[in-house]
Amino acid sequence: MPALEVASEAGPGTAVVTTTWDTVLWGVLPYVMVVVLVGGLVWRYRYDQFGWTTRSSQLYESRLLRIASPLFHFGLLAVIAGHFFGLVIPMAWTQAVGMSQEFYHFNALLVGGIAGVATLGGIALLIYRRRTSGPVFMATTRNDKTMYVVLTAAIVFGLWTTLASVFEGEHGHNYRETVAPWFRSLFIFQPDVAAMAAAPFSFHLHTLVGMALFVIWPFTRLVHAFTAPLHYLFRPYIVYRSRDTANGRRTTGPGGRSRDRTAAGTRSQVAPRRGWSPVGTPDRDTHNR
Amino acid sequence: MRVMAQMGMVMNLDKCIGCHTCSVTCKQAWTNRAGTEYVWFNNVETRPGQGYPRRYEDQDRWYGGWSLNKRGRLVLRAGGRVKKLFGIFASPVQPELKDYYEPWTYDYKTLVDAPLGDDFPVARPKSLITGEDTKITWSANWDDNLGGSRDNGHLDPLVERVRRESEDKIRFAYEQTFMFYLPRICEHCLNPSCMASCPSGAIYKRVEDGIVLVDQDRCRGWRQCVTGCPYKKIYFNHKTGKAEKCTFCYPRVEVGLPTVCSETCVGRLRYLGLFLYDADAVTAAASVTDPQDLYDAQMNVLLDPHDPAVQAEARAQGIPEDWIDAARRSPVYALAKVYKVALPLHPEYRTMPMVWYVPPLSPVVDLLRDQGHDGEDAGNLFGAIDALRIPVEYLAELFTAGDTERVTAVLRRLAAMRSFMRGISLGEDPDESIAGSVGMDGQSMYEMYRLMAIAKYSERYVIPKAHVEQAHDLEELGCSLDFDGGPGMQDSSPLGEASGRPVPVAVDTFHALRERQTTDEIASGPGLRGRVNLLNWDGRGAPPGLFPDTPTAPGAGSGPGERP
Repeated sequence: MPALEVASEAGPGTAVVTTTWDTVLWGVLPYVMVVVLVGGLVWRYRYDQFGWTTRSSQLYESRLLRIASPLFHFGLLAVIAGHFFGLVIPMAWTQAVGMSQEFYHFNALLVGGIAGVATLGGIALLIYRRRTSGPVFMATTRNDKTMYVVLTAAIVFGLWTTLASVFEGEHGHNYRETVAPWFRSLFIFQPDVAAMAAAPFSFHLHTLVGMALFVIWPFTRLVHAFTAPLHYLFRPYIVYRSRDTANGRRTTGPGGRSRDRTAAGTRSQVAPRRGWSPVGTPDRDTHNR
Repeated sequence: MRVMAQMGMVMNLDKCIGCHTCSVTCKQAWTNRAGTEYVWFNNVETRPGQGYPRRYEDQDRWYGGWSLNKRGRLVLRAGGRVKKLFGIFASPVQPELKDYYEPWTYDYKTLVDAPLGDDFPVARPKSLITGEDTKITWSANWDDNLGGSRDNGHLDPLVERVRRESEDKIRFAYEQTFMFYLPRICEHCLNPSCMASCPSGAIYKRVEDGIVLVDQDRCRGWRQCVTGCPYKKIYFNHKTGKAEKCTFCYPRVEVGLPTVCSETCVGRLRYLGLFLYDADAVTAAASVTDPQDLYDAQMNVLLDPHDPAVQAEARAQGIPEDWIDAARRSPVYALAKVYKVALPLHPEYRTMPMVWYVPPLSPVVDLLRDQGHDGEDAGNLFGAIDALRIPVEYLAELFTAGDTERVTAVLRRLAAMRSFMRGISLGEDPDESIAGSVGMDGQSMYEMYRLMAIAKYSERYVIPKAHVEQAHDLEELGCSLDFDGGPGMQDSSPLGEASGRPVPVAVDTFHALRERQTTDEIASGPGLRGRVNLLNWDGRGAPPGLFPDTPTAPGAGSGPGERP
């Protein structure tokens, strides 16, 4: 591997040697990830509204779900908030308001640790439920299984970086001097590759798995997070809609209505009826399994 | 005043024989799919009984519908917006499959494939959820005809309440004396709590006809509507992850056909028609303090379509002339507001339901007959209605939030009609005093009788068609559950179950069906556009396109092989 050696001055005082790999991973890949994420979400939103759902399995089993799902989701919300504080708020800001480095880290590790453990515990319980509860396992697709692997890996590796900081204590790695500047630099299209390259392996791994998660995000059930119904707080209770505008958004899709109409005859022969699959058991409908 | 039109239904419970034909045809039309095996948009319950899902009327457990807060304002019983959002990760009070039932099929293959042996092969029940062998323990009508029995009667939440209120004096000996059937569909409420519960705003009420639908594209499967609906008439499709509900057969109604449940009803007990109502008055009407006043409040929201002021306002709101005319001829308006014999189901949920019920007089008549009395004599009937506290109290819990006087008044009207018409059938002069005793006159009593007893198809179903200029839009509604297209849905597409591009509704099938039902000619509408739908071919003649065109070579006469 021919190394493209670039000395950086953005790191925490020390010049770091970055390789082509570093450039690809921390300079190119994040943008590829964003393109896939945004492009995938737009594509899915336009073409697969019908598949855009939580795909809840509460109907099958709710005893475990009632504990595991809120544990996981609320934990995850705390984790996201933690990422925001850690990555977006510059160290200088917290110091400016008089927050010492020790206090910040103690807080981050305590809250982050609790949130991470809650999230991990939640997803562990959810996976256990998914595997052991017959109907839930039956309803689990390959897509779901892939997503669970990546999601769990992201959480485990993330927790690892947190726990590592705990055990290393004072000598631990300060991600606010490496990962966070790199993260912010991405937004001004001047990726600080060297800063990220200086971070330890655990952070690299967590970041990569995290990017993988965002890449598959638009193509899994995780999309429901992007339609979190916050507008519920503001909308009127009773919704009136005219027949004429019942599908306002769909008609704006590519091809428009006129093409849909003419294509209906041919497409209906190949396109499945939405939400329609025959009732049956495996012994009866072998062709359908 | 904001006049809006609402499709409504009235069911005359006296005529229901509990045959479940409506349920079966509805299921075949709408929920005969994977994911909706346990779903019955239309179900028929035996009353007293637990209903489907079990004990759905126990709102202390299911928190459906609306209630008033301390300041007298209408709030969702399951909690406000913030509370709902915090509970979104695991819906706190959602019925599970066991509250409905575990759907099953039978292992018919064994019957065919079993090798020859001494024992008969058995088709074991198989769960449609797990695919495993299962034990059938409950269904959507498990306690059919067991209403009021010692084993099941006490499980009915209404029986519990009646007993509590009458300090446990009631014994089942009384309760066994009556039983009736209650067919239920979505109420298409004026103030729907399912809609208010939906975080995504996917449930909507159509401006034109008030039908409540779930936009399948916008539903994200948060499940709050299942909790919100006190009638538990929103179901979660566990395959697609979307909420589904009774659609009032909107593709049929749009072309003037009655709903499937109405069309196939053996007892012809269902009436379809329009209400005109004041949309601005709904919230205030649903917020009246005393639940027993809700019936009157709901009646006041309904506007008189014969009133010129109402008509003028309706025109101003853009309601077409033929719709206003249909509202004037509406059988449901007549039964609900003119004759006042149809009552809403559970008005105390404050949702302003728009499927109405004529309470059954038959249990009273049957009891009189069994005891050797003349079951159609006005005096006997009036006396029996007053004496039979239990059925009346039970019906009051169902239809008037416990107001027995209201139910009694309706039953007396029905009883009076029976006696009045019996007199006429026996060749006696119409006894105006019978009609007068229930606040009617002979003429209106006779008209009510006509509507309730011998109304023809076109009088029972007064359905204004959707307008032709809108027909183009109707083909691609965002809410449809049913789309034209072949079977062959893969079990899981790459993006999860049932993902993919939407396919337009084929309304032309319904147009053809309607044409076939109403024409004397060969039904081959222009709507088919050169295609032949054999399902709509009535066997008369050969619609063009049925056979391939024969090449017409010059000079070729009609040979023996030519089709007639």
